[in-house]
Order: sequence, then C-alpha cells, then structure tokens
Amino acid sequence: MTHVSIKELTKVYPGADAPALDRLSLEIPTGELTALLGPSGCGKTTTMKMIAGLLEPTSGDVTFDGRSVLNDKPENRGVVMVFQNYLLFPYMSVADNVGFGLKMRKTDPAEIKRRVGEMLDLVKLPDLGDRKPSALSGGQQQRVALARALIVQPNVLLLDEPLSNLDAHLRFEMRDLIRSLQQEMGITTIFVTHDQEEAVVLADRVALILDGQMKQYDEPDVFYKRPIDEATARFFGGHNFVEGTSNGGRFDSSLGALILPDGASSGAGKLTFRPENVRIGDGNENTLNAVIDDIIYLGTQTRLKLRVGQTEVEAVVNPNEIEAYSKGDTLSIHLPASTLWVI
Amino acid sequence: MSATRESFGIRSFRFLTGALLITWLVLPLVPLAIWSFAKGWFYPDLLPRNWSMRAWEYAMSDTAGVIDSLWLTIWISVVATVLSIIVGVPAGRALGMYKFRGKEIVELLILAPIIVPGIAVVLGIHSVFISLGLNNTVSGVILVHLIPTLPYMVLVMSGIFANYDPAFEAQARSLGASPLKTFWYVTLPAIRPGIIVGGLFAFLVSWSQYILTLLIGGGRVETLPLLLFNFATAGRNDITGAIGMIYILPGIIILLLTAKHLSGRSGAVGGFGQI
Repeated sequence: MTHVSIKELTKVYPGADAPALDRLSLEIPTGELTALLGPSGCGKTTTMKMIAGLLEPTSGDVTFDGRSVLNDKPENRGVVMVFQNYLLFPYMSVADNVGFGLKMRKTDPAEIKRRVGEMLDLVKLPDLGDRKPSALSGGQQQRVALARALIVQPNVLLLDEPLSNLDAHLRFEMRDLIRSLQQEMGITTIFVTHDQEEAVVLADRVALILDGQMKQYDEPDVFYKRPIDEATARFFGGHNFVEGTSNGGRFDSSLGALILPDGASSGAGKLTFRPENVRIGDGNENTLNAVIDDIIYLGTQTRLKLRVGQTEVEAVVNPNEIEAYSKGDTLSIHLPASTLWVI
Repeated sequence: MSATRESFGIRSFRFLTGALLITWLVLPLVPLAIWSFAKGWFYPDLLPRNWSMRAWEYAMSDTAGVIDSLWLTIWISVVATVLSIIVGVPAGRALGMYKFRGKEIVELLILAPIIVPGIAVVLGIHSVFISLGLNNTVSGVILVHLIPTLPYMVLVMSGIFANYDPAFEAQARSLGASPLKTFWYVTLPAIRPGIIVGGLFAFLVSWSQYILTLLIGGGRVETLPLLLFNFATAGRNDITGAIGMIYILPGIIILLLTAKHLSGRSGAVGGFGQI
C-alpha cells in the first residue's frame, strides 16, 4: 500500500559522457502495476536499482507515501526486486529460498514453514519444496522467485523483464499469475521490459523511456491511438508517417486532403495511422487508390506494402480480405477519420 | 560414448599413473616408517635385524620436545592460514571481479613471492623485523609465513570470484538481509570451495616452511621441520623416521578431507581466471 513517487531522478555513471537516466519523474499510484518500457540501455534497470536502494542516484529523489527513502538501506526499504535471471540461491532448497526473507526477519521457524507452504500453493508448486533450484524448469524457477519476493509482503515489488525468458505458452500463464497475485495483495508493482507486448499485456500504465528520458506515461492503448511523437509510435510498431499541414479539420499532404477527427492539432505536423487501421475498399471518408508493392503473409494476418501516388503506406489486414489481389494490382483503401492522429 | 566399458588404453593409462604415484609418493616413505621401528639397520640387510619402539618412545617423551613442537607448528600454520583467508578473500574478490588501473602490477606483486626465492626477501625483512622487535618471536614467524602462503590464497580466490555473480548479494539485500547476513548466507557458500582449497595450500606451505622459520625465528621458534632437520643432521635415522611420520600426518588428513574440492571441475582450481 505505497504510493511511489520518483522526482527528477538522474544517474551519471563515473566516466560516462551522457547520463544513464536523465531527470525521470514518475508517479505510481498505490496498488498499480506500472511498466517501465524502453530499449536495452535506456536506463530502466538503473531506475529500478535506485528504487530498490541497490544503486545511489546522482541527483533526484525517490519517495514512498511522501517520505524520501534514499537514506534507507536496501534491506529496510520494504522493496523486493525479482531479477531477470531469478537468482535463486543454488545452495538452498526451494523451500529455503522462499523462506529466506522471513528468516532474515527472524520469523519463528514453524511460522516460516507454514507460510512457505502457503506461498508454494499460491504459485502452484506445492510439492517442490525439497528440490534444489537447478532441478526446476525456467518457468518453475520464476514462480519460486516470485514466491520468495511476495512472502515478505513488500510495499513495492520490482520485476526485471518478468516474461521475457519464458516460452510463449508460459507467458500468458505467468502474466495471469502475476496480475492475480498483485491485485490480491495490492502491492504497488513496477516492472521493466524492452518488449512493448510484455508491457501492454501486463501493465495498468506504461512509462516509455527513450534515451534516458521519459517520452510518455499513459495507459497501454493510448500509445497506439495517440502517440506523442514519431519515435514513440515507431516503438509501438507504427509505420505510417506523412508530413503535411493540419488546417480546419483537414490534413493536406501527399495523400491529398484527409478529414481529421475532432480536436486534432493544427499547423505543420506529421499524420500517423496504424497499419491495422487501414481498411480495404471504399469508405465514407478518406478513400484512396493504392498500388500493391508487396504482400507478406504472416499466418493470421497479412502485411501489405502499398503506394498511394509516391507515398508508401503499410497496412495489416485479414488474409481473407485480399485473397483476390496480387502484386501490382490497384485497390481502393480508406482511413477512418477516428483512427488518424497528428503529431 | 559409453562409460560402462572403458577402452584398454584408458585402463592401462590409469594403472600406469596409479603405479607411478605410488612409486614416487608412497615408496620413499616406507624406509622412513621402517627406520622408526628399527634398532640398528645396517648394510646389506634388507630389513633391520632387531625391532624397537625406542624412537617412538623418545619422540613422545617430554625431553625430545616433539609434542611441544607439533603444537607450535600447528598453531603457526593455523594462524597463518586464517590470516591468509582474511586477507586473500577480499584481495581475490578485487582481482577477480573488478578492473582497475595497475591491476596487472598488483597481480605480479602478489605472485612474486612464488617466483623470487624466499631467502632473497627474508634478509631485508630480517632487518625490518629487528627494529619492530618481531625477530625470534612466534608472531614474526607467522607474519613471514604469509609471504609464501598469500599468493596461493589470492590466486585461488580470484579464480573463484571471476566466476561469481554479485547480483546474488543484491538479491539477498533486497530480500531483507544485512550485509553481514548476506556474506554468511549467500557469499560464503558460493566461495567455500575456494576457501577450503586455498586454505589447504596455505596450511601446507606454512607447515613445510624451513628457511623463513629458521631466519626469522632465529632457532628459538622450533617448528617440526627444524626439529626434523636437527635429528637428520645428527644422524639419528630412527628418531628422524618417527618425527617424519608425525610430520606428514596433517598433510594426509587435510588432503583426505578436502579431496572432493580438488577435482578439475571445481571452480577453486581456475587461477586468476581472466588473465
């Protein structure tokens, strides 16, 4: 039950030219699950270690419920970090690993045993307490690491790339487990990832960090609908950017004059729309003629490389919709005004 | 490849190395053992004509000073080993885990005592120890034993730390362990094989020191090798044999206790690792 607040947090490593993290500010409300998203080396893990107290910030502050924790030692912060490679202590059994935090808090051994049993039930590994971590699969190891963190009932839980080492079918199982435990216990949780899909499926809110600075902090769907700039849109798989001028609800560009949704900004800018929002066929508005340059079959989807005049447009459509077409054909497409966005 | 049926080559190689080991390491001890029970053993007899416990009785008696010397030698070697561990673990951590300016020079300096003969160094140390009042003292002997024991300890520990992930310590801290508890529950189990092997080396190197003990101890600190030398030069082969038997005992006991950590798969026999 902790409101985490990060203020102008900066880290410059000795001998480095650019800061690893540059004045990051972030409010993480009590009980929320927040993702720090960004490419490798953007300062996400640095941020996490500073929250955990494992790294000293160059400047800035971290507060829990308004109280600065920078002078608290890592063992006294009530923050538990789960590392990407789980770091289960190899010399201890699974049960001893899970009970480690309680042992450090001088909990009665009988009480530790009872709570370890409960915790292992919760992560669905009830019979593995006596095993050594090396005898477990990757997914099982991660669940042990999660149990070891949650058993101490931390105020803040930090997860480093929680889904990235898992197979596709385990990812959703793990996602559901993390979300349900987090909701049940109401622990303010922050996780870092370089994978936008991981961020979107797991988090209540996503903070996108590029080049050591926060770009955008919003609910997951906003990054797709209203990205703040081209870099943000590209990070979330955006492909279509057309320069032009927005004026009185219309956007003039090499695609012609397109109708914009209400409230779009005016002046010079870039029009962006997601490949999956390009529709095949005539529409009520913004209908264009396009030539098919390439068709890439992706199984459940098909990616089209199109040309409208001299402007390249990418579209992702249902394979059935374009069965009749082949490379070089001309077809009409339309861009619903509600899916357009000017940055 | 099947492990159940070894080829003839491997079996004969194993037999050969076993035979060589016994010839070189065990056979030389046999005459020593026989001498300790002999009452006169003269050419050309294959075995002594008369047997006696005289040498052993003398060695165990108060007048010979063997038992006192044994305890003194154990004390010196144990303290030297403990000090080597206390200094060698952090030094090995620094050399194995961190890059810093002048690291190569530090590594060379630490290895130097193995390369440079002890007698060349000890003369300088001798004059320093005189001014510090450490000459002819047990403390002085223990300190000077650190010169040859430390390189082995540091070498083994830097190999251990080169393959050590300090993130485990961060994880323990994050779970609520104090720095001391982190060391005890997380670091120590990981580096224990290195401490055992390095400590074994340090103990045996200290145990077998002769020159350094003689020069710094000035003959007043009479460890077992010094006593052994006295009887050997005096031509008392029977007593030399008895003391010799006592002398090799700790080495054998320690070797048996630590054998499993000495195999090639243990991280403790990796050297500096990164150099």
